Amino acid sequence: MKTPSLLIFLVLAGVLFYYLGRQRSLVLAKGIGGTRHLNSLPFYYGVQSALWCALPALLLMVLWLAFDEPIISALVAAGLPENYQGISSAEHDLLMSQIENIAAGVLSPQSSEPALVLASEHLNRLKSITQNILTAVTLILTSLGGAWAWWSMTPQQRARNQVEWVFKAGLLLCASLAIFTTLGIALSVIFESLRFFQAVPITEFLFGLDWSPQTAIRADQVGGSGAFGMVPLFTGTLLISLIAMVVAVPAGLMSAIYLAEYAGPRLRGYAKPALEILAGIPTVVYGFFAALTVAPFVREVGTGVGLTVSSESALAAGLVMGIMIIPFISSLADDVINAVPQTLRDGSLALGATHSETVKKVIFPAALPGIVGGVLLAVSRAIGETMIVVMAAGMAARLTANPLDAVTTVTVQIATLLVGDQEFDSPKTLSAFALGLMLFLVTLLLNIVALNVVKKYREQYD
Amino acid sequence: MTEPNNNTAIIQRSLARRYRAEKRFRLYGLLGIAFGLLCVVTLFYDIVSKGHGAFRQTYVKLEINYDAELLGIGDISDARQLAAADYPALVTQALSQRLGSVSGRKARRELKRLMSDSAGYELQSRLKARPALLGASESLWLLADDDIDTYYKSLDASGQGFTGRVTERQQAWIKDLIATDDIRLQFNWVFFRNGDSREPEQAGIGGAAMGSLLTLLITFFLSFPIGVAAAVYLEEFAPKNRWTDFIEVNINNLAAVPSIIFGLLGLAILINFFHVPRSVPVIGGLVLTLMTLPTIIISSRAAIKSVPPSIREAAIGIGASPMQVVLQHVLPLAMPGMLTGSIIGMAQALGETAPLLMIGMVAFIVDIPQGFTDPATVLPVQIFLWSDSPERAFVEKTSAAIMVLLTFLISMNALAVAMRRRLERRW
Repeated sequence: MKTPSLLIFLVLAGVLFYYLGRQRSLVLAKGIGGTRHLNSLPFYYGVQSALWCALPALLLMVLWLAFDEPIISALVAAGLPENYQGISSAEHDLLMSQIENIAAGVLSPQSSEPALVLASEHLNRLKSITQNILTAVTLILTSLGGAWAWWSMTPQQRARNQVEWVFKAGLLLCASLAIFTTLGIALSVIFESLRFFQAVPITEFLFGLDWSPQTAIRADQVGGSGAFGMVPLFTGTLLISLIAMVVAVPAGLMSAIYLAEYAGPRLRGYAKPALEILAGIPTVVYGFFAALTVAPFVREVGTGVGLTVSSESALAAGLVMGIMIIPFISSLADDVINAVPQTLRDGSLALGATHSETVKKVIFPAALPGIVGGVLLAVSRAIGETMIVVMAAGMAARLTANPLDAVTTVTVQIATLLVGDQEFDSPKTLSAFALGLMLFLVTLLLNIVALNVVKKYREQYD
Repeated sequence: MTEPNNNTAIIQRSLARRYRAEKRFRLYGLLGIAFGLLCVVTLFYDIVSKGHGAFRQTYVKLEINYDAELLGIGDISDARQLAAADYPALVTQALSQRLGSVSGRKARRELKRLMSDSAGYELQSRLKARPALLGASESLWLLADDDIDTYYKSLDASGQGFTGRVTERQQAWIKDLIATDDIRLQFNWVFFRNGDSREPEQAGIGGAAMGSLLTLLITFFLSFPIGVAAAVYLEEFAPKNRWTDFIEVNINNLAAVPSIIFGLLGLAILINFFHVPRSVPVIGGLVLTLMTLPTIIISSRAAIKSVPPSIREAAIGIGASPMQVVLQHVLPLAMPGMLTGSIIGMAQALGETAPLLMIGMVAFIVDIPQGFTDPATVLPVQIFLWSDSPERAFVEKTSAAIMVLLTFLISMNALAVAMRRRLERRW
């Protein structure tokens, strides 16, 4: 049986054994005077049987499917003739994919080398053997597990506790997925980065002032020297983020203050959701807006006053990114300002301060830690933002602080290096992971600091 | 020493200044809001004004004569002959009949370029469906080329328009067609039905929308159960220990990790290590699941928290186990809130582009995906791909695709808000 039909079989077997187990518990209960003499409700005996029958088989299947492919391909590779042994790993991968294509019928056997055709038959044979073994083992395990549950069932058995223990373990597993995800992120960027740092020294990567990731494909090629200094990328990222913050912080903060302190319920009811629309717009739409509307506009205005503006200026990307971040800052600041106790406001007003003086001298300082935390979160979001800069910022790395020039960012480089086909042995591809590592570390640091600041502040007035 | 009277005087004098500062401050606040709202309006106006035209496409009415000789079909029952026949020749013949025959290769090429390539395929499928048409003639509205479409749409009252690649000879022909009402705009079904294409007039969002649907289905059916389970564990069962704290820290951080990092994860772990195929909805769904999980967990926890403790205590009081309390009482009551949160999470996933670029969902895919393992792309990625295309007609298509995407997003968010209003229970 193929894997999907095996899964369907497992489900059906589970349902069957649920009814069998339930029935058995009812029979047992009859002998001792009714279901109330059972330890658990009949439902739990049924679920227990179903779990006994399906769970071990399911676990085995998952393990089997995770490990059968590498083992099979190793066996096939070992069976290849002499002249195919001891080749480089890239050639080996190519060979294996060729064999798989022949086996799947994509490549015709007539036009392929006989040794490969033999290997592909070997592959198909091994595949069908493992599939048969898996089917047999699954069938045996389901029936054994179900039979065991049926056989060992007694009225005193604590079926509910067992079932709930399994459920709880499942819940814990789901909750721990967050840790595995973080671990996966860390492992994926760290491993590839380590391989990158074998080719390019880490000091050159961290402090180099040149970025041109074109490596030579052949030894005699001209112009592909490859320079991997990430300083211009980070300055570009910071420049665009800075422009975004210059737009977003005043606009977001002032609108939050107005909405929280001055606006009546009607204006608040309309303006707040209207601003939140900005948060729901996909970044690719902002990118399109930046590239096709804002950038030409900035360029036109710039040339109008006699400045040379690049058509992919940092200013356009930064402006649009700022617009995107306005609702983020305004809703965070709104929360923080509303959390400032009313007594502080009343005290200040009672002393004769005007409303704006109260906001500036009392509420703002009281809310400052929370606002700073929110701004830090916004900065981390600006640094990690990808689509706007991919579509509206430049490709060429340049070390400049002029917002009218084209700059490139870390995320742009990651995206351009990894879109399309990659070869995982060239520093060009691996450098994207090193950049990813830096991006992950920087945003992680910002997030941790920001979350701590916000948390500490919240506790202050609770 | 100043007397009390003097103090009052000082305050009196400063009052005007302070009131001015107050007014200024309020104005700044209003300006902040106005700027935000202006951005919303500008953005929507810009997209709609660029994209509304794409919902109608230019068609030209032609008298097609299914000439067996010109087609090169001797035997209508032979499928091979039917497939290999020269249908574009029919279109060219009909054009020269309508607009007067032209001489010279350049002029002939310009004549051919009036119509889309798809006109030929349209004739082929018509003939296949009704073989009796061979030798007969019928008048048909056929799809015009994208350059013609752009020109025709941009024509103003005085007959001036964006010429682009449209030659003067072609402009004259179009004027001729306009004079007899043989050119018109029709609702653009092609845009909603077709997959991607290099020819703007044949390109559609059907494939991308299907890809988005398949990807979102996987995302929902993975992230909703897992997210709810994680939230239940953290809110109801988690002991206060280091492991739990560590889980919490991780969830909060994952919610703020840049989305492109999830693309790196998908590439390095799922594709290179677990050999999940590229470009298919399965891998897109997996990556988006990992990305939306924190959002769903956080909103599900809020929903569980809002169930009052009295419900739990009552259930425990009549002998329910903690698991029974959660499964039979807390979860049903928290379900509306959880669903609302996950709809918002799905809306986020629907608009996400960056991580999908890394895992090969940027491929140029003409066919509409039929299953979870067919190569596919999604709406935002389609928008990204089209926005890079040089043809002017693609600007219109891109904006129209954005309008469709925004419509989906807004309706999802509106649904979430409506559900919250309807189902929210105040205890």
